[in-house]
Amino acid sequence: MIDAKRRILLKGSLSAGSIGVAVSAGLLSPRLVLADWNEAAFKAKEMPEALSALVGSESAERDGRIHIKAPDIAENGAVVPVTVEAEIDGVTSIAIFAEKNQTPLIAAFELGPNAMPFASTRIKMAETADVTAVVKAGDQVFRNSRTVKVTIGGCGG
Amino acid sequence: MSDIKIRAKSKNGVTTVKCLMSHPMETGLRKDSKSGELIPAHFIQEVVCKAKGEVVMTASWSGGVSKNPYLSFKFAGGAEGDPVEITWTDNRGQTQSATTTISS
Repeated sequence: MIDAKRRILLKGSLSAGSIGVAVSAGLLSPRLVLADWNEAAFKAKEMPEALSALVGSESAERDGRIHIKAPDIAENGAVVPVTVEAEIDGVTSIAIFAEKNQTPLIAAFELGPNAMPFASTRIKMAETADVTAVVKAGDQVFRNSRTVKVTIGGCGG
Repeated sequence: MSDIKIRAKSKNGVTTVKCLMSHPMETGLRKDSKSGELIPAHFIQEVVCKAKGEVVMTASWSGGVSKNPYLSFKFAGGAEGDPVEITWTDNRGQTQSATTTISS
């Protein structure tokens, strides 16, 4: 039994480099691997790292056509309502980052052809920081930020 | 364990969907106040939203989304009576789904 598993693992890791490794990891804990969940981006501890894992580039042009609706002062960092709306054509994805959280990437929305460039949710913020929205439209990547002052952090115990 | 509340409204050719899920959304970074031990991560990783069987939006989340998550999105089209389905999957492989119909 152990030997059989080892065979699979070897086969997996030999087959195709990083993909093989992902597959073999998937064999060991299949429930934890989702097709679209970008583990590298979500586990990244710094904003540029998360951004490059998500959209493939560390920089994005600042664009005023992205509107971020969030409170200027959040009394409770555990629940900060954030709404992102973009006046850009052909938006394919919207991502929300809280720059000073331990893992800055909070949510990534993949939009289907009928979806409007709009996403709204509630996020946790560890401390006062910029909330950044990154919008992808085809090959172009845009960003915009808004500072939210947090009086009580929402990530600690 | 929990339930999903969805409301879908169509106005001027645009359907707005609002939903509330009930989930602890533990980041895995928080400590238990009594024992001091880390509370294991338990959060929704993926939310798939379908209208009339077609995927409108897929959301990937980290533990940074607030407890009992709220989600709202809009899509073009959608007629009164069309079904809207929301399904979430968390990092433990648990999944839940709910369907509503669009009202106007």
